[in-house]
Amino acid sequence: MNNRYAEIADKAWRLFVVYLPYLWLLLFFLTPFLIVFKISFSDPVIAQPPFTPLFDWTKNGVNALYVTFDNFVFLFEDDLYWSSYLKSVRVAAVSTFCCLVIGYPMAYAITRAKTTTRNILLLLVILPFWTSFLLRVYAWMGMLSTHGLINKGLLSIGLIDEPMKLLYTDFAVYLGIVYAYLPFMVLPLYAALQRLDLSMHEAASDLGATPFRVFIDITLPMSSAGIIAGCLLVFIPAIGEYVIPALLGGADSLMIGRQLFNEFFENRDWPVASAVATILLFILVIPIMLFQRYQITDGTSGNE
Amino acid sequence: MTIPVNKSGDGTQDQAGPEPVRASNGGNANTEPFVRIENLSKQFDGVTVVDGVDLDISQGELFAILGGSGCGKTTLLRMLAGFETPSAGRILIDGIDMSGLAPYQRPVNMMVQSYAVFPHMTVENNVAYGLRKEGIDKARIGEQVAQILSLVQLSGYEKRKPHQLSGGQLQRVALARALVKKPKVLLLDEPLAALDKKLRQRTQFELMNIQHELGITFVVVTHDQEEAMNLATRIAVMDEGKFVQMGTPTHVYESPSNRFVADFFGTMNMFEGNVTAITNQYLLIDTVDIGVIKAPPTPGVHAGSKVWLAVRPEKIAISKEPISSEFTTSIKGVVTDLGYYGNRTIYRVATNTSNVIEISAQNQFRASVPTLDSSDEVFISWELTNSIVLKE
Repeated sequence: MNNRYAEIADKAWRLFVVYLPYLWLLLFFLTPFLIVFKISFSDPVIAQPPFTPLFDWTKNGVNALYVTFDNFVFLFEDDLYWSSYLKSVRVAAVSTFCCLVIGYPMAYAITRAKTTTRNILLLLVILPFWTSFLLRVYAWMGMLSTHGLINKGLLSIGLIDEPMKLLYTDFAVYLGIVYAYLPFMVLPLYAALQRLDLSMHEAASDLGATPFRVFIDITLPMSSAGIIAGCLLVFIPAIGEYVIPALLGGADSLMIGRQLFNEFFENRDWPVASAVATILLFILVIPIMLFQRYQITDGTSGNE
Repeated sequence: MTIPVNKSGDGTQDQAGPEPVRASNGGNANTEPFVRIENLSKQFDGVTVVDGVDLDISQGELFAILGGSGCGKTTLLRMLAGFETPSAGRILIDGIDMSGLAPYQRPVNMMVQSYAVFPHMTVENNVAYGLRKEGIDKARIGEQVAQILSLVQLSGYEKRKPHQLSGGQLQRVALARALVKKPKVLLLDEPLAALDKKLRQRTQFELMNIQHELGITFVVVTHDQEEAMNLATRIAVMDEGKFVQMGTPTHVYESPSNRFVADFFGTMNMFEGNVTAITNQYLLIDTVDIGVIKAPPTPGVHAGSKVWLAVRPEKIAISKEPISSEFTTSIKGVVTDLGYYGNRTIYRVATNTSNVIEISAQNQFRASVPTLDSSDEVFISWELTNSIVLKE
């Protein structure tokens, strides 16, 4: 009998260990999302909490369900939200591309460096994480402002006659995002390139491929998993970025993160804010699903 | 292995320019070495890995470079392929100096131990890769790929990806990929090391057939002496960056030039001693372990010189009675160990001076019980001509 209990306990423990990550996701990702999702179907009221309940208990004890799609309809009708979404996607896409173009050669150089140099370079990539993110964005404000380091430098060497407007521009937003998210691009690329078997390069070279062709035919496709992982790691947080556009961007640079903040805290319209967040999530689910599909099809079929 | 291969594609390698005729030779292409390595050396961070190697290989030869790990054999091969730059010396292939030519400019292809089959391409695309880089038109690429795949018996696997193939199949893809380029020289680095024993033996013969059929010069690097003997027309034994001995498999096995080769190449019983007398027919060697014995006359050996008498295990007879003849050495001993391998038995025999001698006897007749057993008293005998005198 004892044996049987031990067996059951063992099985239960194993199930617990296996499903722990799922439990974590359920508790800290799915539940909050469902709450937000639920609120997006409510009406705003001046009360505590500031939205109407979804379920209502009538005097007869029968549940009544109040669902409104007004919030979503409102989002689709108002150009402001559309343009914010589009702008966010554009800013995130351009920043991701810039990170890739800058990060790929960096990651490649790190993998080719000697072991000691490589460790130092990797440390330098991670080093910014040791300071507060907000502080680093403030530092950029100081550098980009009209009387900041960059303008002063350019004036002193005579390249410009009067200070340029750098801060509170789209340029500053791109700069900030690329700066902040570059490590998230470099690290997965480094991991992918590090795994790359050098004998593959040699084989291609041996078969008559010039160094450029080796890069196009072998290095690039064989590091594609790293490229996709890096792009997702940059694109997803960049699309909802709030701090960088708020601090470095102009008043007209309305990205969706800022809209979300405004709806929640300025307008106290939780249902609309929840609808904004829900749609944002769906926008993000699309690239992730594409990535999943790529991973599945990669191993089994297809051409070069 | 009877599929005819279209050799009309040979013209693709001719971009390298006209062949210069070497002045020292009368222009006779048959005696001209196809691959010539002159005083080739390579240092890594001050450590000499390849040390002044000279080598001539003729066209169509299957040449094996044999050596232990770290002897410089792979570095030598990589210099031929162009992956390493020689510190000194030069390489000529078909009369053309390879110095300064990148791997992708050389008329040479290499197959590495790990095969390096591109994992993101199908078998077909792997094999076609080299031809595409030459800019050949699609129809001809398809034709040549199909031919080479049938030569290596991979027809029907065109659309497979490398992760769907076995080790032996991957080896064939790598081989086909290199062969389809019709290189002047094919370099093979431990081509069979990753295969299991049965497959290795079968593949050895297939490699030889393919080489024979295509007439491509093969240079094989291996640490496996049986593989080298089986495959190659000539073998170079390499140690510490130098060629210790070069010759046909029979020559290297039966007449090793020194103790290193004798020991590395198969098993060898060796007895240290001093030459005491020389006659026309034999030498007398006073050995430490087995007393005074007769040895074949050897040029350059004088009375008093220190030598080693070497006998291969399979050239020693083992019997219960002594064999007495003028030119036979017969020593009494006790069997200490025996290993039964089915086709043969390995005996380890201790003489009274406790030197252990290894004997390999063919089990020519069926027997239900072993004829000799542990701690049996035996006589081990060999004829004079079956022993070798080594000076170093």
